Amino acid sequence: MWVYEKKLQYPVRVSKCDPRMAKLLLEQYGGADGELAAALRYLNQRYSIPDKVIGLLTDIGTEEFAHLEMIATMVYKLTKDATPQQLDAAGLGPHYVAHDSALFYSNAAGVPWTAAYIQAKGDPIADLYEDIAAEEKARATYQWLIDMTDDVDLQDGLKFLREREIVHSLRFREAVEILKEEREVRKVF
Amino acid sequence: MNAHPFHTEEYRQALEQLQVVDFVLLELNLYLDTHPWDVQAIQQFNHYTHERMKIANQFQEKYGPLQNYGHAYSGCPWSWIETPWPWQV
Repeated sequence: MWVYEKKLQYPVRVSKCDPRMAKLLLEQYGGADGELAAALRYLNQRYSIPDKVIGLLTDIGTEEFAHLEMIATMVYKLTKDATPQQLDAAGLGPHYVAHDSALFYSNAAGVPWTAAYIQAKGDPIADLYEDIAAEEKARATYQWLIDMTDDVDLQDGLKFLREREIVHSLRFREAVEILKEEREVRKVF
Repeated sequence: MNAHPFHTEEYRQALEQLQVVDFVLLELNLYLDTHPWDVQAIQQFNHYTHERMKIANQFQEKYGPLQNYGHAYSGCPWSWIETPWPWQV
């Protein structure tokens, strides 16, 4: 069960209409290392992971949906006042003719999201290493997105998301250590 | 003309106050997921959970329900469906 809360995790502000940045931000919406992939990856891995880390996967997976909503808000705010001509000039012409102003789960190049982006190996260490890698890749993408804009309001939201990737990566590394310790304990028996 | 209550600095500050305490709680929550025996962190978590309830109740009395499915009271007409939704703020 999930309960929705009618607020963003962190305020999202943008200082101008900027469909070019909206297009680039789609990488974190429906891209391989984006927030949708992250949320679905962690929540799906919960069912086969040892009990000690189910809580962590549940909580980080849930937070990823809050991040997905922040990215959607950025895209919405950056494009809501754009004309079809401005969208086209920003490379969003193909998006516009298929989706109008609707959001769509694709990456920055327009490739639709696919479940092939995420893995569930059933091996707890393999799954957690994938999660750590996903967080680090997302952190790198956030840095590159920050580098691509001079909008300080947008940068502020992106910096928050970049920092969250670092914390998640740290927590997943701790989860790996917890599972390793548990494995050692079993050997003693 | 009076400003819409959601377009005021007061609303933004109330929302930010809630976002701040929720961030503290989320961070403590994730930390405790991998450090379940840290009694100081648990004390902090319980303290801010209490604070959060007070802040959220004040917020909801003024600006309507934060959560659906019976986690907050409604005025009449049904307050849940009122704007703004988070991306409209």
